[in-house]
Amino acid sequence: MRILTRETLRSFRRAPLLSALSITTIAFSLFTIGLFGLVAVNMREALRGISSRVEIEAFVLRGTPAETITLAAQDIAAFPEVASVQYVDEDQALQRAQRELVEFKDAYRDLQVNPLPASLEVSLKEPYRDAVHATAVAKRIEGFPFVDDVRFGREWIERLDRLRNLAGFVGLVIGLAFAAVAVVIIGVTIRMTVLQRAREISIMRLVGATDAFIRGPFLLDGALKGFLGGVLAVLLSRGAFELFRRNSTTALHTLVFFEPRYLLLGILFGIAIGLGGSLVSVGRHLRNV
Amino acid sequence: MAYPRGGMAVKDLTFRIAKGEWAFLTGHSGAGKSTILKLISADLRPTGGELRVSGFSIGELTKREIPKLRRRLGIVFQDFRLLQDRTAEENVAFALEVTGARPDSIPTRVQRVLTQVGLASRARAYPTELSGGEQQRVAIARALVNDPPILLADEPTGNLDERSSRGVFQLLREINAGGTCVVMATHELALVRQTDYRVLELREGAVVFDSTEERIATEGIS
Repeated sequence: MRILTRETLRSFRRAPLLSALSITTIAFSLFTIGLFGLVAVNMREALRGISSRVEIEAFVLRGTPAETITLAAQDIAAFPEVASVQYVDEDQALQRAQRELVEFKDAYRDLQVNPLPASLEVSLKEPYRDAVHATAVAKRIEGFPFVDDVRFGREWIERLDRLRNLAGFVGLVIGLAFAAVAVVIIGVTIRMTVLQRAREISIMRLVGATDAFIRGPFLLDGALKGFLGGVLAVLLSRGAFELFRRNSTTALHTLVFFEPRYLLLGILFGIAIGLGGSLVSVGRHLRNV
Repeated sequence: MAYPRGGMAVKDLTFRIAKGEWAFLTGHSGAGKSTILKLISADLRPTGGELRVSGFSIGELTKREIPKLRRRLGIVFQDFRLLQDRTAEENVAFALEVTGARPDSIPTRVQRVLTQVGLASRARAYPTELSGGEQQRVAIARALVNDPPILLADEPTGNLDERSSRGVFQLLREINAGGTCVVMATHELALVRQTDYRVLELREGAVVFDSTEERIATEGIS
């Protein structure tokens, strides 16, 4: 272990520029992925905000006893997809209409009879805020005899679904493309390190070192560079994020940064890239000499 | 032994080198001297026939067994092959470290072998601070530090002036006198003529002259 560490540090000392190049290559590759990731995370947050408005409204027949509605509301709240159920009686519906539909304010004020029905407003849990689940829940609610009509904006939710799927697909493709380019660039950089130490490798073999022993310092070297590149990428991403947020409009001040577990994942990805690049480069070199 | 694209590098070779023996491999450039040394160290694999080195059958060696064979060999080249960023003692110690020697035994063994090659006082010098002869002595020290029974020397005096060449040759003779088998490829006939050691002359990959037709040994290279 002592020799392994010493040889790894020696590699850093002997070729500081190449080491710095490897670390910055890893850092900028991960930074690019990180920037894209930030856009993806914030887009997901925005979609989550929009999808929180997915709601099913069940209009209740006039004259339905309050107890019946209360019991039914409890039944509906027990559906696995349902987050909450709120009962809105006729008066509350009218008040809300007067408040929200300003253009009809006068018409509502002159009414002798309240034409608006009572309703149950059903909001869904986050994983179920899509057209399939909303339709299924709506159908079950329609089964209650006191329910006159159920509405949940099917088209709007379907459009949201399509947008979400598209964003996920584009995100996956671009993310994978960035990651592939990063792996190739990093592989080339590490290959340069291996070639720079080709003489040392040939001497190691000459004196009877096993391939596993020869690989050791290169793997540690790659992992260390990956770790440092990952940490640098996290710092760059945070810096770029803060800079963007401070110089953007107030509306964008709600942008979110990565959760700590994603940062850790990024650093682990850096280590994996460094290790993988070293393993492939050294392995190929050992096979060819 | 065939070239990958056809043609034979060495062919029709049958000889045995005994334990502790000295054998010169002579011949013009391209005669096959270095190829034989590479075959012995399993740097190349024979495409036919049988080659046994210190109990190992080279044609049947697995990748994992090659390091074990190399630990039974000391190898010296014309171009020294030292690591330029390490001192003489670090270069020698390197051979012990990569073969998993006990760390506390390394300084003593390095000191002993550097003394043997006459470089104890230059232990802390880097290769660039050493003459060609001294660099070759460091390379010999590195080759010897694992106490191999066989030392392969590929034109070890090829890059040296006459005086250094004589010194290195004398050192190799002392090593051989200590019981180490030495196989030395050279085209310097002046060195060959100084001794009555065995000479295998090669031409176009075949042995055309063997100064000792047959020697019997219980362990060695055949």
